[in-house]
Amino acid sequence: MIRVRQTEVLVIGGGPAGLSAALEAASLGCQVILVDGDLALGGQLIKQTHKFFGSKDERAGTRGFKISEILLKELKNHRDRVKVHINCTATGIYKEDGVVSCVIGEEEYFRIKPERIVMATGAQERLIPFPNNHLPGVYGAGAVQTLMNVYGVIPGKRVLMVGAGNIGLIVSYQLIQAGVEIAGIVEAMDKVGGYWVHAAKVRRLGVPIFLRHTIKEALGDRVVTGALIQEIDDRFQPVGREKKIDADIICMAVGLTPTCELLWQAGCEMIYVPQLCGHVALRDQFMRTSLPHVWVAGDAAGIEEATAAMVEGRIAGLDAARSLGKGDKEDLTERLEDLQKRLGDLRGGEVGQKICQGLACCSIQGWGA
Amino acid sequence: MNEREEEIVICRCEEVTLGEIREWIDRGYQTFDELKRVLRVGMGPCQGRGCREMILRELSLKTGKPVSEIHPGTFRPPSKPVKLSLLAAGGDT
Repeated sequence: MIRVRQTEVLVIGGGPAGLSAALEAASLGCQVILVDGDLALGGQLIKQTHKFFGSKDERAGTRGFKISEILLKELKNHRDRVKVHINCTATGIYKEDGVVSCVIGEEEYFRIKPERIVMATGAQERLIPFPNNHLPGVYGAGAVQTLMNVYGVIPGKRVLMVGAGNIGLIVSYQLIQAGVEIAGIVEAMDKVGGYWVHAAKVRRLGVPIFLRHTIKEALGDRVVTGALIQEIDDRFQPVGREKKIDADIICMAVGLTPTCELLWQAGCEMIYVPQLCGHVALRDQFMRTSLPHVWVAGDAAGIEEATAAMVEGRIAGLDAARSLGKGDKEDLTERLEDLQKRLGDLRGGEVGQKICQGLACCSIQGWGA
Repeated sequence: MNEREEEIVICRCEEVTLGEIREWIDRGYQTFDELKRVLRVGMGPCQGRGCREMILRELSLKTGKPVSEIHPGTFRPPSKPVKLSLLAAGGDT
């Protein structure tokens, strides 16, 4: 007889959003299963050695991996109600019967039938096509951060960074801290995309930032030995002479896109929102999708940053628990309102404008009865 | 399009190049799912996580439709490879 595991809340993804959702749902007395495909919980937080910005409520000034430790400690307080599976990927959601299939490693396969699901599947790195981009030595910035900050391995000797957003800038600085040379940072736009303070740090160390430039081609026979870069015009068409840059690593930090295949499989209503960097689920103010038993939170709901992901996760976890009749109604309304206000504050700045424009395209004021 | 660009591998799982994708779009295969059926793009171990976006952009360039109007194709379980022996055993009993 095939067993289908039961739980009140299934949280898919154990990064900042998923951990926060699991915590809140458990704190209201829900039985929770949390699955994460990685070997440790914490998502991208565990490799973030830089201090966070944002507000005090959301632990500004604390380093990312420390925030992960704090969340994991909180989770331990609820260990009687939260069952955690790591190295465990949710491989499918079957809309016919609401069953979620999971595989641990490659050896254990099981099914869960949850009453509620919080999708906190995070993001994946964008790639851009250029000749020879398959050569060993072309990395995503996330992989470089994992190698260095989780495993203590430097990827190479001299890196060409592609992308001057926050990830490109921060990873460049961390590479320098680890003794790796940065040959330069290439950025297609006419200004640095990331925060000024991160850009200033690498510029002070003499790293050239090539604005309005793109990578034309990776050079090398069996491994990367360099790259050709070239200036581009307003329509991203190449102008001027190609420059040759020597490097043994090309690190791509050209953005993220929400990981959304399970949302599609589940049958959530989806929409393409460029400001949120890809396809996202329509959701109400409590992060509930068009499917009444499915919530979404964090980068899976649109690319933002970890602080907002944590608040969204808390909202989703609380609302999912509320829908199961948990908690005190008035108290929950108050807590949810407070969290929504915190999200609003986080999105108050210049960077938040783009996010707010994007959210206006995919937010629904309540799904009705 | 220059030759160097044609050789760029877009779908690494199934080793499909940019040249092949452009060729089949020109032949009239103008949705992601059609390209998937003729070229197997997005049918390997990563299930399109690496190539889908680049292919949608290419479809957008060729058809003149914005990416928001191009359907990203059907998503089916499993989202990563699962051994057939595990599926046959049916999970935990």
